[in-house]
Amino acid sequence: MDLTEFLVKTATIFAVFVATLVIAMYSTWAERKVAGFIQDRSGPNRAGWGGLLQPLADAGKMFFKEDFIPALANKWLFIAGPSLAMLTAMLASAVIPFGSTIRVAGHEVPLQGVESNIGILYVFGVVALGVYGIMVGGWASNNKFSLLGAIRAASQNISYEVAMGLSLIAILMMSSSLSLGEIVSQQHGMNWNIFYQPLGFIIFITCSFAECNRVPFDLPECETELVGGYHTEYGSMKLGFYLFAEYINMFISSAIISVLYFGGYNYPGMDFVYNQLVNALGTETGHNIATLIGTAVFFGKALFFVFFYMWVRWTIPRFRYDQLMNLGWKKLIPLAILNILITGAAVLFLKPVITAWLN
Amino acid sequence: MQLTNRSKQVSNKQMTLAERAYLPAIATGLAITIKHFFAKKVTIQYPEVKRYLGPVFRGRHILKRDAEGRERCTACGLCAVACPAEAISMVASERQKGEENLYREEKYAAVYEVNMLRCIFCGLCEEACPKQAVYLRHDEFVPVFTERDQVIWGKDLLVEDMNNRYTREAWTKEEAHVLDAKRANGEATNVVPRAIP
Repeated sequence: MDLTEFLVKTATIFAVFVATLVIAMYSTWAERKVAGFIQDRSGPNRAGWGGLLQPLADAGKMFFKEDFIPALANKWLFIAGPSLAMLTAMLASAVIPFGSTIRVAGHEVPLQGVESNIGILYVFGVVALGVYGIMVGGWASNNKFSLLGAIRAASQNISYEVAMGLSLIAILMMSSSLSLGEIVSQQHGMNWNIFYQPLGFIIFITCSFAECNRVPFDLPECETELVGGYHTEYGSMKLGFYLFAEYINMFISSAIISVLYFGGYNYPGMDFVYNQLVNALGTETGHNIATLIGTAVFFGKALFFVFFYMWVRWTIPRFRYDQLMNLGWKKLIPLAILNILITGAAVLFLKPVITAWLN
Repeated sequence: MQLTNRSKQVSNKQMTLAERAYLPAIATGLAITIKHFFAKKVTIQYPEVKRYLGPVFRGRHILKRDAEGRERCTACGLCAVACPAEAISMVASERQKGEENLYREEKYAAVYEVNMLRCIFCGLCEEACPKQAVYLRHDEFVPVFTERDQVIWGKDLLVEDMNNRYTREAWTKEEAHVLDAKRANGEATNVVPRAIP
């Protein structure tokens, strides 16, 4: 790897991180705005235009609060908890394909932090690590409410990861690739996976709600039962990191959903737009502008799902814990296995028939 | 025995497949919330927009002057006696020659103080006053204070300003409704103040 390549990679990863952080920051603002709008209020509107400086004010407040560590808490793990949550949340953004390629002076720079042929496995590994942040923090607090919240988080994440992985296998059977870039480029134009995998999509989105600890599956921080759940003992920026990690996870999972099921940066009529732009502006500028339009489409899709997370949060009440477990083990996993069987049968028998019929 | 027609029979019947799938119910719920998302907001932007609190709201105290600009208060102390929170204190003084244009009665309050931390805005001083001198404004709050010396209000803050007189435009619920209707139609809003007995 020569120096230019290294610098380009560094710049890409930096841009991806900044984009993720800014979106997560404004998700907190959007969450409060959406909550207000759905409840016929107007939400924060005093700090800056439409309350746009609210995230800065919140972060400032968090930083200046007393950084308290309980006397009987395990000090190092208590600090490690939110750090781990933040770290694992940030790691997953590296492999998301934000767009196709940018051409600069004859070089093709992919708009993706790391193009890895096991991208989706990497995302799963990192997301599975995310529960350690909650578990470690909850245990280190030396508080029964925190511990209960952490245990709930752990068992919930493990249960729903199974169904999530199984629903994903159907996608992998169709794409026969684990690379996120490859999965996206196969959904060219309007050939999105949602049309082939509606059941898989419903299972996947339900599981991602559970993985992000969002309503209706926010039992780890269920205020009515557990005070604050795993972050009962946390305050100051350490609490801020936990909450912030949740919003990063939300954005990452929205991005993953739009990559896997809604074609990422693909949109109908993209070939027409691409040809027009290349003819009008040349192979370099035209290509770059077409890529940027694709990236904008990708962010539109991802942000819609972030909005969908918030929309659902202010619609559905929380599940009871036994309902959560019943849904995960008795409904979603059998459905996911059924989905795999149907997909397998369709790929084996239906696809040749349809291909032959179309030709 | 049936008491009302509103009671609903509880049933333990099995849910249908659509109900058990839970997704149609979620879709209905999402439709309801998105309708509210685009609905008109009920929020009143408080410091900029103030809501009319009605003619009987009890807010900031005022010591009224009469039509010629003379203070009505005669320092009888009935308000201080009536006050359940003991927020009012006053020092009476005799009117001198040449002060007839300042004070209506021969005795007046040289000092009249209301402790705003004690006051509970019950309005008993208003009811006790035989001279119609003390009122609780219906259109203005006592503003927030941040210093201890802002707590006790003297005559400088309480006595009415002749250039900006306090009038209550509607006294009963019916009058308030009439006034609201007039305001809605954009007609004149000033009602002739009630005559002082």
